[in-house]
Amino acid sequence: MILVLVETDATGAVEVSRETLTFARDLSAAGGGVPIDAVVVGAPACPVAELVAQLATYGVRQVHHATGDAFSAYGGASWASAVQTVREAAGSVVVTAAGTPRGMEVLAHLAARLGVAMAANVVAFDGLAPFTVTRQVVGGAALEDMVLGERPAIFTVAGHAVEASPAPTSGEGRLVTSAPEVAAADLVARVVSAEPAQEDLSGGLKSARVVVGAGRGAGSADGFGDLLELVDLLDGALGVSRVVTSLGWRPHHEQVGQTGSRISPDLYVACGISGAIQHWAGCASAKTIVAINTDPDAPMVAKAHYAVIGDLHEIVPAINEEIRRRRSP
Amino acid sequence: MSQALDVLVCVKRVVDSTGEVVLTEDEQSVDGRYAGFTLSNHEECAIELAVQVAGAAGGSASVLTLGEPEAVDQLRSALAVGCTAATHVEADPGAFGPADVAREIALVVRDHESAGRPHDLVLLGNDAADTGDFQVGIRLAHELGRPVVNGAATIAVEDGHVVAGVKGPEGRETYRVPLPAVVTVLEGGVEPRYPTVPGRMKAKKVEIESRPPGTDPVGPNRRRLRLPPPQPSEVQVLGKGADAAPAVVDLFERLGVVAR
Ligand SMILES: Cc1cc2nc3c(=O)[nH]c(=O)nc-3n(C[C@H](O)[C@H](O)[C@H](O)COP(=O)(O)OP(=O)(O)OC[C@H]3O[C@@H](n4cnc5c(N)ncnc54)[C@H](O)[C@@H]3O)c2cc1C
Repeated sequence: MILVLVETDATGAVEVSRETLTFARDLSAAGGGVPIDAVVVGAPACPVAELVAQLATYGVRQVHHATGDAFSAYGGASWASAVQTVREAAGSVVVTAAGTPRGMEVLAHLAARLGVAMAANVVAFDGLAPFTVTRQVVGGAALEDMVLGERPAIFTVAGHAVEASPAPTSGEGRLVTSAPEVAAADLVARVVSAEPAQEDLSGGLKSARVVVGAGRGAGSADGFGDLLELVDLLDGALGVSRVVTSLGWRPHHEQVGQTGSRISPDLYVACGISGAIQHWAGCASAKTIVAINTDPDAPMVAKAHYAVIGDLHEIVPAINEEIRRRRSP
Repeated sequence: MSQALDVLVCVKRVVDSTGEVVLTEDEQSVDGRYAGFTLSNHEECAIELAVQVAGAAGGSASVLTLGEPEAVDQLRSALAVGCTAATHVEADPGAFGPADVAREIALVVRDHESAGRPHDLVLLGNDAADTGDFQVGIRLAHELGRPVVNGAATIAVEDGHVVAGVKGPEGRETYRVPLPAVVTVLEGGVEPRYPTVPGRMKAKKVEIESRPPGTDPVGPNRRRLRLPPPQPSEVQVLGKGADAAPAVVDLFERLGVVAR
């Protein structure tokens, strides 16, 4: 059996967990139809019955729900202990989770407890004997082929490695509730309090239909005037590269990328941004990308749909001027 | 605690991957000959937190790395910003998997402890910038039988406990864990300081404890590294310089994004 740790939000299983279930189905098919079970630890953020029904549509046979006071607050070790108990009872040969901070943490604990390897951020598998996976390393700039020879094979699935899709035929979706015992030592490191995140300053950036991006090419903290005017004319938001935030030109909440916001606007106008893999991670899902760059060989130019070659300090004011000109009657 | 608090921070020399990534010929690692080497942002923040926490408690911060001879550079950069002792487990890091690295760090921690130099708090980066295994800190905690907090942005020590702030799905989550403990650090909670000239001078004088690995590594189960296939470029160049503005605005109008 393949056991999938599922994380939830108010709408059900989170998208990356559903992607992981989809990945598990491909693996199951390659293995001749090994059943897929899900494990949910503690009270899910949505009604249990709805979650079970949703997981069934993803082909899940049994949903193991670990309940009890031990799981009233999140803890990596206590969650791993629950997953371990479920796995031992149900006998799974593969344990997997989405490559979220919690997915990584819980499976790393499980792997350490069982003395087996864990592969992080898997994007594909290639061969079952020996079980070989491909995973993202160097922040996604390279791939590693890694052998997971032990049982259980433990790995996390990188976000958006596959598209989440329900199974052609639903699984049985049987709820199995248990209250696994957790050793005192596994309860030491748990969340003791949580404050809802302060007003999310990046909210406007994440929901904007148009984002004007600016990188080192802006030149200085004073180099954003024309860019901000374009933001205004397009009723959009400003997004920046890490170079810009590191140099203190703009605040961190405007950063796009691996360690900033992930955006998916209709239009991203990337001005003076080279397009490093870590920046690309945050803007790749923009529907249309226009790069403005002095360097015709910049990765951002190669990856964009449209490009203008030249100095953003000449091109952006000209665009603003052209928009204003067409507007005036 | 009978003695002043000591924080051990574990760091890894990695190839600077902000530019083009090139692989070595044996396809086992990233080639740093042109890109150069650095510390990851997570670990720079871990060093800063170690120095701050040690300073606030009137204790000390130590640094450790497992790496090739040149990794001494990374130890020196930590010494230059306030760490006062350094340990170098000299080995080819490519031959060590995450479990091997955790075992080696645990050996050092236990050896230091028997020598009367306990490390009450061990900090690591949340994940290495090159191998991205996301597990060394947790495996280390298991080796040492200590609790571990993962992905902390802020850390303080009070009343024999470490209080760690983590940005999680529930917002700003707080953990409060008795020492001795292990914490892995995510960048973003502190601003790493720059070394001063006196700091650099001081760092040069510190004698680094150099030791061989204590066990044979099992290895990383790595077959090979490869680069993702390049995406064919489908870019349409709209023009050069300011003259391209009308073509750009035509496009914006087609996309319906020009505010009225
Ligand atoms: C772990 C990790 C996480 C990271 N996270 C992020 C992240 O979240 N977001 C992020 O952005 N980066 C991130 N980075 C950094 C990333 O690797 C790059 O260093 C960064 O994105 C580069 O920013 P840039 O494009 O502004 O600068 P550069 O790479 O210096 O590029 C500047 C570009 O501007 C062009 N240019 C210069 N002058 C002009 C001009 N006058 N007109 C037009 N074009 C001009 C140049 O041709 C060049 O292409 C991360 C790195 C690491 C290691």
